[in-house]
Amino acid sequence: MDTIQRNMSLTGEPPKALNVLQKLGTLIGMFGLTIILMAGFNIDFPNKALWLTIALGSILSGVVLFSLGAYRNKIAGIKNDGVWFKSISNRGYLAWLMGIALTLFYIVLYFYPAYLGLNENGANTGIIALFDPLSMFLSGNPASEWFVYGTLYTIAIFAFGIKFIWKYRNNRHEKIRTVSVMFFQLSFAFLIPEFMARLNSETFSLPYYDLKNIWPLNYYNFEQYRVDSFISAGDIGLALLIFGVVSIFVITPILTYKYGKRWYCSWVCGCGGLAETAGDPFRHLSDKRMVAWKIERWVVHSVLVFVVVMTTAVIHSYLGDDATKYWLTRDVFLISVAVFLTVLFAAIWIFKREQLKKDARYGAIGYLTIILLLTALHFSSGKTLFLFEAETLRSTYGFLIGAIFSGVIGTGFYPIFGSRVWCRYGCPMAAILGLQQRLFSRFRITTNGGQCISCGNCSTYCEMGIDVRAYAQKGENIVRASCVGCGICSAVCPRGVLKLENGPLEGRIDSNEILLGNDPNLLQLINRN
Amino acid sequence: MEHIVIIGNGISGVTAARHIRKLSDKRITIISAETDYFFSRTALMYIYMGHMKYEHTKPYEDYFWKKNRIELKRGYVHTIDHLNKQLVFTGGETMSFDKLILAVGSKPNKFGWPGQDLKAVQGLYSFQDLQELEVNAPNKDVCKRAVIVGGGLIGIELAEMLSTRNIPVTFLVREFGFWNGVLPDGDSAMINRHIRNHNIDLRLGTNLREILPDDHGRARAVVIEETGEEIPCDLVGLTAGVSPNIEFLKDSGIELGRGIKVNRYLETNIDDIYAIGDCAEQRQPIGNRKSVEAVWYTGRMMGEVVAQTICGNRMQYNPGHWFNSAKFFDIEYQTYGWVHSTALKPDYESHFHWIHPDDTKCITIATNTTNGKFLGINAFGIRLRHEIIDRWLTEEQSTDYVIRNLGSANFDPEFYLRFERSIKQAYTNQFQTN
Repeated sequence: MDTIQRNMSLTGEPPKALNVLQKLGTLIGMFGLTIILMAGFNIDFPNKALWLTIALGSILSGVVLFSLGAYRNKIAGIKNDGVWFKSISNRGYLAWLMGIALTLFYIVLYFYPAYLGLNENGANTGIIALFDPLSMFLSGNPASEWFVYGTLYTIAIFAFGIKFIWKYRNNRHEKIRTVSVMFFQLSFAFLIPEFMARLNSETFSLPYYDLKNIWPLNYYNFEQYRVDSFISAGDIGLALLIFGVVSIFVITPILTYKYGKRWYCSWVCGCGGLAETAGDPFRHLSDKRMVAWKIERWVVHSVLVFVVVMTTAVIHSYLGDDATKYWLTRDVFLISVAVFLTVLFAAIWIFKREQLKKDARYGAIGYLTIILLLTALHFSSGKTLFLFEAETLRSTYGFLIGAIFSGVIGTGFYPIFGSRVWCRYGCPMAAILGLQQRLFSRFRITTNGGQCISCGNCSTYCEMGIDVRAYAQKGENIVRASCVGCGICSAVCPRGVLKLENGPLEGRIDSNEILLGNDPNLLQLINRN
Repeated sequence: MEHIVIIGNGISGVTAARHIRKLSDKRITIISAETDYFFSRTALMYIYMGHMKYEHTKPYEDYFWKKNRIELKRGYVHTIDHLNKQLVFTGGETMSFDKLILAVGSKPNKFGWPGQDLKAVQGLYSFQDLQELEVNAPNKDVCKRAVIVGGGLIGIELAEMLSTRNIPVTFLVREFGFWNGVLPDGDSAMINRHIRNHNIDLRLGTNLREILPDDHGRARAVVIEETGEEIPCDLVGLTAGVSPNIEFLKDSGIELGRGIKVNRYLETNIDDIYAIGDCAEQRQPIGNRKSVEAVWYTGRMMGEVVAQTICGNRMQYNPGHWFNSAKFFDIEYQTYGWVHSTALKPDYESHFHWIHPDDTKCITIATNTTNGKFLGINAFGIRLRHEIIDRWLTEEQSTDYVIRNLGSANFDPEFYLRFERSIKQAYTNQFQTN
């Protein structure tokens, strides 16, 4: 087989040359990037506002021209021709080059912002200075490295969102979903926080708050400086703080119950937004093996435990001890957390135990025991809560998960591991939504009777690495914690087998397992034996 | 321990093996000359188009077989000695069996055209065919034009495949509309237009006279029967259907017709030898079904049934209502029940046809005029829910009922535009104008 495989890839020479429009698009886009890069080498542009507009405009129009060239003359339909032949989308030379460039960018962004032109004392220089005019225009403040990143991020979702809409223009579901992702990025993630900063004055100050960025994805939302800042900003600040708590404990469960985790991961979230747009050309690179699924379950839930522990420790560290000053003392808080986790665990154990796999049971019991033991140890012997200082936990989480996992690996490695590495293995928000989606949600992907031909398009193009075909060919509904409900499996299916649906909980997972066709229902016969 | 040997690792043989394992502890061996592991034949086109790699077409990871104690043997069975219950491989190796399941599939049809065995003349069925295609038509420089002979499902797939590499395609179809021995005229005509929109040189009502060789024994051109026109080409795709791959069984004592003759229990004339999938031929056709059915799901169902029989629960192959699906370039097609072609439909069958102005969606519903009952539906560009239509067929609902409730059978993705109202309107208007 090996010789055969090699032979095929050598002889296969599909058309992969770019057409004129695509070349022009690439040129214009690269020109825009070059301007920004030149600013990085401290070339001083005389009229920054103009040059920034030219740079961002070029990137945007370059991508749009490229997609026009790619899809304009093609009939609407699935556009995956040559995906596995192209260097950029098949882990070839271009993919590695791009992966390395992105990774370097993230390392500079997170750890060496000085190279972008951030100066401790004094005005911005370099790239950040180039973005000053836009930042001044929006919020009235000079730019920061995060403003630069946010702008480029938004441009990427917008430009590649347009490309995605062109690519899937036969599919109304994908078009609407992409418009939603673009809207939430532009407004909630980018513009509104900047405008909110305009409200700030000497006496009134709100922290930077992307309202759709919910704890625990937004792991720093309940840190002391933010909570202080919310509280000192009066009613508005308090409302925002309450909104932050309500989003995760009330809004999220309701929406996930009704629509599955997709309402967030594929319609609202910025990480998901980038993965679905700029990351779309790499979605097929996700690892579909059973072993990857096992690793995924352990890693993502461990991150969730980490963020819960870290946040508990951080909040605990700044609460007071005197109940007469404020009702929420350290002890009250800690006991509430312990009770909440225990009740949550008990509820799942009593009502949904049979739906948990063996490793999930071990993991849940193990982690709960450790957390409760450490809490008890803290109460009984006065040892530091969770053994480490809250600040140590916070900075470790910020470095390992916030920067390395979500940024450097999550996005930098798009062209190598696929577009949803962070969402699949790392995001604690996805872990919470996933637990709920698996145990208590109306969402499922329905399979259509006996029409599946096991071709594998669905599994190949699942960015979360779900082996969709394994379910479809058995006629089983797909109810997986990790499914972000992007809808691409359904789109690429050549036989109309898959449909994302919301419906009653009953019979959702142990679906009727009907493979229609045979009159005596054989699968039932086998299940009975 | 009883040794079950299965020849053929396609969907039929593999399903039989999986179900025998679910039901028993018997020793199971699957023999294949084609590939080491089971892959989805229907996905071959996507490998050539670059949508998938070969590894993605394998429905089970490689560890699956060992874990389920299903032995895989790569080899070509030369003869079957049923008296001694023994197989002989090319090369002389032997293997004994207690029960034998023949799931040997099909091969592309050749109708005796002059030049049909030249180099660069090929069908598209096996993994080897795909490898050959990579050699014959890697790109538009090596293959300046391809001619496809035979307007069926594989023909249109091959046309789509080649067009993704910008290879110009001439598509010879004997009938006067694409696949209109099966599709009603309205459906067929829409697909004709869609094929042409994809810049395929579609020649309807056109037969192949002969294939002309060059000095090296390669095809260099085809000659059209009707006009004598000579079309130069570097590849000739023969896609005029498939037939059971049974040549090696000629002297085996197993009764053959077009395929391997089986009864409803999928038993051949010889004890302990069964045949399933594409290669099996029912002695009596079941309902409107053909006696040889080369369809993915029938192979799967036969595998399920034969596993029951072999594990002691002797069971008839009893397929339910006919259904099938395909994709013609960008247009998906699903069919449920029986909708015959315009030319071949029985007298009592009448058709209601609705087509969307964008020319990529249409449906045809067949009705029994004697009692108004719903016989079947073809849907193009609209997905339908198998379970619902299957139930309507079982309940023998009327076409009026089906039209009224069509919305409940819609399986399109959320937010898709719906056309039930427009369909209902057209259905009502049809009676007003009559």
